[in-house]
Amino acid sequence: MQAPLNTVDPTEIAKFEAMAAEWWDPNGKFKPLHMLNPCRLDYITTQIAGEYERDLMAQAPFKGLRILDIGCGGGLLAEPMARLGAKVVGADAAERNIPVAQVHAAQSGLAIDYRHTTAEALAESGEQFDVVLNMEVVEHVADPLGYLSACKTLLKPGGLHICSTINRNSKSYMMAIIGAEVVMRWLPKGTHEWSKFITPEELYDLLGQAGLTPVDRKGFVFNPITWSWSLSPRDLSVNYVTASVRPA
Amino acid sequence: MDNPAPRPIVQVMTTPSDILIVGGGLNGPALALALAQTGQPVTVIDALPSETRADAGFDGRAYALALASQRLLAAVGLWEAVEDHAQPMLEIKVTDGHAGRGPSPFFLHFDHAEIEEGPMGYMVEDRHLRRAFLNAMAENPRITLVDGQRVVAQETGAGVASVTLADGREVSGRLLVGSDGRQSGTATRAGIKRTGWGYDQTALVCALEHEKPHHGIAHQFFMPAGPLAILPLTGNRSSIVWSERSAEAKRINALDDAGYMAELHPRFGDFLGRLTLAGQRFVYPLNLTIANSFIAPRLALVGDAAHGVHPIAGQGLNAGLRDVAALAEVLTLASRRGEDIGAIQVLERYQQWRRFDTTTLALATDAFNRLFSNDNPLLRAGRDLGLGLVNAWPGARRGFIREAAGLTGDLPRLMQGRQI
Repeated sequence: MQAPLNTVDPTEIAKFEAMAAEWWDPNGKFKPLHMLNPCRLDYITTQIAGEYERDLMAQAPFKGLRILDIGCGGGLLAEPMARLGAKVVGADAAERNIPVAQVHAAQSGLAIDYRHTTAEALAESGEQFDVVLNMEVVEHVADPLGYLSACKTLLKPGGLHICSTINRNSKSYMMAIIGAEVVMRWLPKGTHEWSKFITPEELYDLLGQAGLTPVDRKGFVFNPITWSWSLSPRDLSVNYVTASVRPA
Repeated sequence: MDNPAPRPIVQVMTTPSDILIVGGGLNGPALALALAQTGQPVTVIDALPSETRADAGFDGRAYALALASQRLLAAVGLWEAVEDHAQPMLEIKVTDGHAGRGPSPFFLHFDHAEIEEGPMGYMVEDRHLRRAFLNAMAENPRITLVDGQRVVAQETGAGVASVTLADGREVSGRLLVGSDGRQSGTATRAGIKRTGWGYDQTALVCALEHEKPHHGIAHQFFMPAGPLAILPLTGNRSSIVWSERSAEAKRINALDDAGYMAELHPRFGDFLGRLTLAGQRFVYPLNLTIANSFIAPRLALVGDAAHGVHPIAGQGLNAGLRDVAALAEVLTLASRRGEDIGAIQVLERYQQWRRFDTTTLALATDAFNRLFSNDNPLLRAGRDLGLGLVNAWPGARRGFIREAAGLTGDLPRLMQGRQI
């Protein structure tokens, strides 16, 4: 069940505001996500603009589009999508994230429909979207094929599915687990299970089995000199992202 | 099925403008035009009434706009209104002068013909720039100008930045930009401290009419007391920036016009024929001041509010316009991604871009000034030799020309003549 904001206990709000501040602190617990965010947004906005022939230089370019953000957390992707004019539903399986994201959206002056639910439950309800954002989730689920099939069901025919995850090889083990979790402590230990990581070929295969047609893939590459992420057409060795469509 | 939209629990003040710019000088309006051009609504708050800014006749103040700055003005649609009043700077001659003895035989000669881009820059009078900015802002439906209003208080919080005006009005947006000069109230109210030092130097500024044409040549004489710059204006006129030790400057400034000219004449020489004063005389004590941070949550500083450099090479406005171009680019790209333009991680990109550049400029102009405002014979010999070497080596000379034209470093798109 979702927890609508107007039913939230007012004494709880201060707590949620503090948690929202933590989610949105660029140097806090979610620093790696904040660092990756501009690069993810560049990819997402370009893909959506391409698919729906929108001009990113125009005001509210995503007006009229319904976007679902799965695993929305504090709203790091949902808010930018809403700011670009889309009607956004943010879903998270972790109930505690919902009021936190709601509090922050209100501070940002954005109307976003945040719900405590899962992709499978939403798909069951028959709701559909123009775009499904499925970022850094698939490596955490127990049944990737079942999950991706639910993502397809959530799309209107012709809809766009953007899915990012982590490759499985010795380099990604070094970078994502030893580097990010052990050395840099960017992520809590045990955040990732290496065996659940998926190679781009495996993901393309799974997307196809789920009834989606892959149309693009790019790497997210971290540059330790500029300390920033960029998109690469070739280097998909650690973090990467794919775009696929539900055939019309 | 849609769920009902959540009701906001925090009252967000709505405003037609996302960006509030405090300061109506030159950088503030330039930023407003650059942002409005990419579709972002902007409010400019100016402590001075627009009539005061608009009705100024020729008062002797002028700017040396580097080529990169001219490109920025062209990109925001302002250049057309200024072009007819702009004097191209075709050559720069730098001489190590010695009062009473004439210039040293070693001098630097920079000719725009050595680079492909065009003139190194343009001299534009303050009055033409101001008027063009006011007209362009008035014509732009995305810009709201609140003039003749001081900011008395400001507040930045989660999601919103707001200022209170002297008349009690409150204006709010997502980002507050301070372009309110060296004594920036915006920076002070945000608790941003400054680092700086004064020089025992004061710049005397005026415009002259002269008998002979200047042929678009700018001159810089390095005198022991400070540099004397002669910068070509349209017609047979030049703008003078003349630095002296502060006590001496005070003495000279107290003289009547005839006495003032009698002091200037031997320093200036006779190469442009008879000289007469045109417009008013100004004095500016020279000092250097850098804000310890160019940003804070929902706040950014540009121009002199961020860094007031020694105006030795006319780099103050040029550095400010470079801030403007960089900030406009950072904010526009963030806005196209749907990012919150007031978020610290967005503003951090601007600070990273500009901070190194401006600190380097401040230190370089400071060192340059210390080296040349000196009568130590050893330093003199060394710098004469240095100038001679730079002049003899075309690569170094072209480097200096490109630097003077503002074409070096990580140039913002608006300064490359491109749109964001």
